[in-house]
Amino acid sequence: MSTAIELIAVDKRFESGVTALKGLSTTIWPGQFVALLGPSGCGKSTVLRLIAGLEQPTSGEVRLNGVPASKRAAPMSYVFQEPTLMPWASVLDNVALPLRIAGASRSAARAAALEALEDVGLAERASAYPAELSGGMKMRCSIARALISRPAVLLLDEPFAALDEMTRHRLNDELLAQWGARSPTAVFVTHSVYEAVYLSQRVLVLGERPGRMIADLPIALPAPRAASLRLEESFLEQCRRVSHALEGGIAAGVLA
Amino acid sequence: MTVARRASTWVPLAAGLGLLVTWEAIVRLRGIPPFILPAPSVVLKTLWDNLDSLFVSWLFTIKITFGALALALAGGVLLACAFALSRPLELALFPFAIALQVTPIVAIAPLILIYVDSTTASLLICAFIVAFFPILSNTLIGLRAADPNLQDLLTLYGATRWQRLRWLLVPSALPYLIAGLKISGGLALIGAVVAEFAAGAAGRETGLASRILEASFRTEIPKMYAALTLVVLTGVAIYLLTRVLSRALLGRWHPSEQG
Repeated sequence: MSTAIELIAVDKRFESGVTALKGLSTTIWPGQFVALLGPSGCGKSTVLRLIAGLEQPTSGEVRLNGVPASKRAAPMSYVFQEPTLMPWASVLDNVALPLRIAGASRSAARAAALEALEDVGLAERASAYPAELSGGMKMRCSIARALISRPAVLLLDEPFAALDEMTRHRLNDELLAQWGARSPTAVFVTHSVYEAVYLSQRVLVLGERPGRMIADLPIALPAPRAASLRLEESFLEQCRRVSHALEGGIAAGVLA
Repeated sequence: MTVARRASTWVPLAAGLGLLVTWEAIVRLRGIPPFILPAPSVVLKTLWDNLDSLFVSWLFTIKITFGALALALAGGVLLACAFALSRPLELALFPFAIALQVTPIVAIAPLILIYVDSTTASLLICAFIVAFFPILSNTLIGLRAADPNLQDLLTLYGATRWQRLRWLLVPSALPYLIAGLKISGGLALIGAVVAEFAAGAAGRETGLASRILEASFRTEIPKMYAALTLVVLTGVAIYLLTRVLSRALLGRWHPSEQG
């Protein structure tokens, strides 16, 4: 069900001449929740787009279960920084979209969408339009849409960056609950050390442009995570470790 | 909010009524003869007296206008979809669309009237040429304005071209299409009337432009105004129809119809 993601000596240079990634190699195991952390402009989003097969590496390879990512062999979902909902469709139809594209009938897709909305506590807003929802609700809707197709790979590009901190904490917990129910391989891009540590089993730290791997840190914290963890010494200790790696990498980049 | 909405109905009506009353008063007080400027009451009476012949012509003009608008809608949308799917096709054909748009309709109407046997058909073609460009151009922009992230999402879910068109491109283009339709509605009427002027008043199957021409030959000024009134009413009705359509299709979600 879950899928391994391999990046092998990946370089990405854009036509504009900007080198976004340089010699990136790593393997993400099936069912792992990995946070991709780094300063803005370091190529984090590009890594996601490469895994999704929306961009091709200039050199090197991206493989999902051994198959090139461009083949899109594994079912994948993507959550963007913006909720990216269709403004002309109801919440229900937005969530049903992946199933409709996969060929499900309107009624079957809607029934499944309603269930998915129940999981994120949005069922009573099913007939609302995106413009009528708060930022947090829109993001819940976006996550429900991402999970409804039962993806083997879940890619999240700073989905909570635009939300206030309380909403972000709540959505972190909801996301973990949803992920735990099915355990797709998840890659979560963020520039928040706390969010990266709280959510993931492993943090990959990228250095400034061009993006290179500067640290690969396992997060030894109990699962499932509980909100009280945010105040515990063990959590803060992990955050310190990741922060040091991040700052060390940035400092090295400045000196180089 | 409701006060503002009510005002948006009453203010233009009151302004129109005020204009008519002023017009009527000036004509009466100054004793302006109807062959120079007929009072609104005289225009109304002329309209009533000539209702039979004017009504038939009115129906004809409406037929040409809505026929041309329907053709423009179908042609503009289909061509825009084809252009959006095929860049070479757009490169090849878009210059012709522009050429048609920039050529004054009165300059090509005589040619069309010569080449096409049926007057009705040639009038339809003329009105279509005037009306279709805003729909084509707006729809094409709308199809290209789809959210790139949603585009990527559909790619990720393996959507076919047809699914992409149905679930993303067409709804994205709809507000643009409606804006184009609002322009084209008026242009179709202008095209129908202007083409008929170019064709000249002849035959049984003729519209309001022919009535205006006839009346001008006989210097029946009130009758010219009566026919003109019907043209204006038709134009306003078309505009209101596009407003209703816009509200029905975009009312719940598009910012242009909110607030």
